Amino acid sequence: MSAYTLDAKQLLCPLPVIRTQDRVATLKIGDVLTVYCTDPGALSDIPTWCRLHGHTMLSSKEDVDGVIELVLKVGSPIYHAQQ
Amino acid sequence: MAGQRNQGAVAFTSMPTRQTQPKAIALISGGLDSLLAAKVVKEQGVHVEGINYFTGFCVEGHTHAIRNRDRTRHKRNNALWSAEQLGIQLHIVDVIDAYKDVVINPKHGYGANLNPCLDCKSFMVTRAREWIEDNGFDFIVTGEVIGQRPMSQRRETLPVIANESGAEDRLLRPLCAQLLAPTLPERMGWVDREQLYAFNGRSRKPQMALAEQFGIKEYAQPAGGCCFLTDATYATKLRDLWASRGEKRYELDDIMLLKVGRHLRPRPHLKVIVARDAGETQYLRGYRKAYAHLLMTSHNGPMTLLEGEVHDGDAELAARIAARFGQGRAASDVQFDFVTAAGVARSLAVAPFKPEDIAPEWYV
Ligand code: SF4
Repeated sequence: MSAYTLDAKQLLCPLPVIRTQDRVATLKIGDVLTVYCTDPGALSDIPTWCRLHGHTMLSSKEDVDGVIELVLKVGSPIYHAQQ
Repeated sequence: MAGQRNQGAVAFTSMPTRQTQPKAIALISGGLDSLLAAKVVKEQGVHVEGINYFTGFCVEGHTHAIRNRDRTRHKRNNALWSAEQLGIQLHIVDVIDAYKDVVINPKHGYGANLNPCLDCKSFMVTRAREWIEDNGFDFIVTGEVIGQRPMSQRRETLPVIANESGAEDRLLRPLCAQLLAPTLPERMGWVDREQLYAFNGRSRKPQMALAEQFGIKEYAQPAGGCCFLTDATYATKLRDLWASRGEKRYELDDIMLLKVGRHLRPRPHLKVIVARDAGETQYLRGYRKAYAHLLMTSHNGPMTLLEGEVHDGDAELAARIAARFGQGRAASDVQFDFVTAAGVARSLAVAPFKPEDIAPEWYV
């Protein structure tokens, strides 16, 4: 398991989700990704995206400057697109 | 593009004869029609995944996330929300760069504003066709309804989209399929045509009744369209941007900034973007390394960006405009730090403009 960070600050919805999705695609099951962003929409969108794709949200918090930190653990996809 | 189209047509003529669960990709916009179309197909036992294309112009939560008055609204991405209702994966694809050509050179022209809907639909279905070919899926589902939209959803234009995208009859429109020739998934028995629909026209009632039948109580109601290009005010700002550059060209930052603040063009070469509230000030602050800007130092006031060329006297002119919208508007002078795009700072003090000093034609 490795830990990674992603800076998605200043990006507006749905770019933080897209950047998270694209980054997770490069990671392994069990890896932990911390995403930093500023669009409050990410507080619901990234957890929703995780639920749909079988990843686990470990924590989410917003600091006084409006920077949101979301920590997720990469899981195996719930649905498989058979190749 | 032509090569891709041919490839699509070739793949299509070799009819898949599969025994396993058929697989479809559904274009999910976040609106009701695409949600219903995906649901109809999924209910028939098809494996459905969703795809959503982010062009940069999508209405999704952007300004909602920025402006103070919108910060209390429930913020969510409607496409993700639709996918969650459907219980399907959603692939969100950044097509910002590739989409520029659609906006700048639409083969079929624009709709009422700068919305190139027909080219846009062809572009998205082309992308979806490429996706299904890459991922071994069988067909594409869209929520189009004949007659629903004046440009892209007319009886004559639906075949254009199927044809130009190379999707041909791998493109299923479950909400109006009974009014169209049977498509591959219908002919192959992957979906039962009898359980598809014959919706037609601008009325939303059939969709609302179907939503009710599926127990879908809450859904996004897109006003006018799914993107800012259908918005007259936004289109005016984009036209102004292109006119000022002497060519149709944009970057993501440009089209994001068109959604934020008051835009005034007091000189042909200079646009002034003034935040309308603290939320927008916070957002515009994020651009201060890339744009010349004004920070009000003597009073509370909006963050102001200067876009274009900054000639002698322009910083003072922009400052007088910005001062008009800050708490020092009645003061004899208001002080600012002016910082160039290269990061060189200097202080300046100006008398705020009175409302009548700001020419109405400056407002973009
Ligand atoms: S409204 Fe916008 S996103 Fe929708 S089809 Fe037209 S151009 Fe494309």
